[in-house]
Amino acid sequence: MLSLNKKDFGLLLVVAILTLAAPIILNPFPANSGMAQFNAGYPDLMQRFVIFGIFAIGFNILFGLTGYLSFGHAAFLGVGSYSAVWMMKLLSMNVIPAILLSVIVAGLFSVVIGYISLRRSGIYFSILTLAFAQMSFNLAYSVLTPITNGETGLQISLNDPRILDGANAPSYPNLFGAQMNSAATVEFGSWIFTFSVGYYLCAVIMLAAFYISIRVFRSPFGMMLRAVKSNQQRMNYTGLNTKPYTLAAFVISGMYAGLAGGLLASMDPLAGAERMQWTASGEVVLMTILGGAGTLLGPVLGAGFIKYFENIFSKINDNVLHGWFSFMPDGFENFLVTVIHPFVGKGWNLTLGLLFMLVVIFLPGGLVEGGQRFGRVFRRKDRNAGSVEADAAKQRNQTAAE
Amino acid sequence: MAILEVKNVGKRFGGLQALSDVNLSIVENTVHAIIGPNGAGKSTLLNCLVGKLIPDTGSVMFDGQSVLGRKPYEINQMGISRVFQTPEIFGDLSVQENMLIPCFAKRDGAFRMNAFTSITTQRDILDKAEEMLVEMKLADKRHMHAASMSRGDKRRLEIAMCLSQNPRLLLLDEPTAGMARADTNNTIDLLKQIKDERDITIAIIEHDMHVVFSLAERITVLAQGTPLVEDTPDKIKGHPKVREAYLGESQDAA
Repeated sequence: MLSLNKKDFGLLLVVAILTLAAPIILNPFPANSGMAQFNAGYPDLMQRFVIFGIFAIGFNILFGLTGYLSFGHAAFLGVGSYSAVWMMKLLSMNVIPAILLSVIVAGLFSVVIGYISLRRSGIYFSILTLAFAQMSFNLAYSVLTPITNGETGLQISLNDPRILDGANAPSYPNLFGAQMNSAATVEFGSWIFTFSVGYYLCAVIMLAAFYISIRVFRSPFGMMLRAVKSNQQRMNYTGLNTKPYTLAAFVISGMYAGLAGGLLASMDPLAGAERMQWTASGEVVLMTILGGAGTLLGPVLGAGFIKYFENIFSKINDNVLHGWFSFMPDGFENFLVTVIHPFVGKGWNLTLGLLFMLVVIFLPGGLVEGGQRFGRVFRRKDRNAGSVEADAAKQRNQTAAE
Repeated sequence: MAILEVKNVGKRFGGLQALSDVNLSIVENTVHAIIGPNGAGKSTLLNCLVGKLIPDTGSVMFDGQSVLGRKPYEINQMGISRVFQTPEIFGDLSVQENMLIPCFAKRDGAFRMNAFTSITTQRDILDKAEEMLVEMKLADKRHMHAASMSRGDKRRLEIAMCLSQNPRLLLLDEPTAGMARADTNNTIDLLKQIKDERDITIAIIEHDMHVVFSLAERITVLAQGTPLVEDTPDKIKGHPKVREAYLGESQDAA
């Protein structure tokens, strides 16, 4: 179905169901319970899950398949955001032109950066992309202030021309009138579920992006990209020109990043230079590796995992901890809070770092490999089932061992 | 008729004249061996033929066309395939995928953006790869990771990958280096079989005299970057100049 084999179609179906039911699944705790702070089912966070999922899916096409580690993909995300906001200022608050332009501009931008950076491989390629991203960041931050509005960030205002919008058009990003921030709230007992237009737009686009990624993985082109990672010498002596293959992968992943940037700006119509900073580029690398580089599902899992940590774990402060441990004797309670304090709240990065280390050391195939091992314990499944996920995990093990 | 014509090729690395005034012509549908002591310039010459190095002087013509200045992938598309000293295969991919890649390269050229076609729909390529796997007795290993195969199987796979493209000239760089006797004999049998069954020209660089004298129809002896003699194996064996430069006391090995 959809030109996918049974297994891939099943995977797509599972992802589709989980994504579309996310507002319910991610809100397992009643709204007034103490656990409600672990609910992730509010639109702003869910949008981040899927948007960064798109970003990581695209990054994985470059890094997971060809092994070229770009440290500058946030530049394309930023360029996408700026393009989208400009479209909303000039043309229309409808997000369609904004998203289209963000993909196109990021694509063009990645052709230029990719063409130059791909003259080198390995660490030199990474450094070149990092340099380009930092240049883009600094340009956006200062030199190109007329276009990017410098450190304030690019915003929409009532004086914008918006030549396609009529007098009564909504003044917030919308899809043919349906505003991105509009949502329906459904109360079910003491549970509250929010279904927002913005989230469902992002979710549908992510599913399309995921579907395209499956097709790329299963195509001769995808196989060539894995061949690039495996042995460039053999490729050259087999009559294949590796350069256009790597450039195409780079541009595709750049367009995914631009799409993510455009969606970010569509959900919240502002674009700042900090989106292009190297930490943002590093984040997508972490997402991909944490989830499982070279696997289909890994990047989405990694993106969700990191964004959940960033938004939920960071909210646990000392008061919350005291609340949890209040049943204990005072001295012991204070002691526990002191011990846990550095790892929560502002220290969420520390926990994430530890988890990342554990994953890289014990699960080189990322969370996907973890899931597979877990599944194998129950199913005793044959190890050479031939799935890409398992193969990729195996490959990663080998490269790590060498 | 000569399929490969090397004329007055010279190559210098800094102070070392690696090749000087090399003339060589390889006749179509023969097995031509290039032998010579270490440092004679055999590998440099081979690299000049496949586009890895560009000679300083002279010309290399393949089937009437110059190969100089062309990239390795362009030269491969002209019909020259190369087998490396240590098998160069796609270790992270399955054996079957290793076979598919050269078949795609042959059909689709150096680059094709077929990101939306599923491999499983490419019947012609799958059949071709399968045929080759069966012919080279690798069919039962098709789902194996190529990197986990034995040295001999890797060599077999690499040769299969080259042959699947129906090259007109197959270049082998010490194909039996580091192999046990049994594996070496298997490789000799395989190459003999290829030579008998196909319209193919084979040029082979080799240290092992056993391999050279069991396969070659013509032999060129290189010494200090220049061809000493070129003749049939029988005459090379007894040639005084060759003995002096190369075979010397190792004649027993032959």
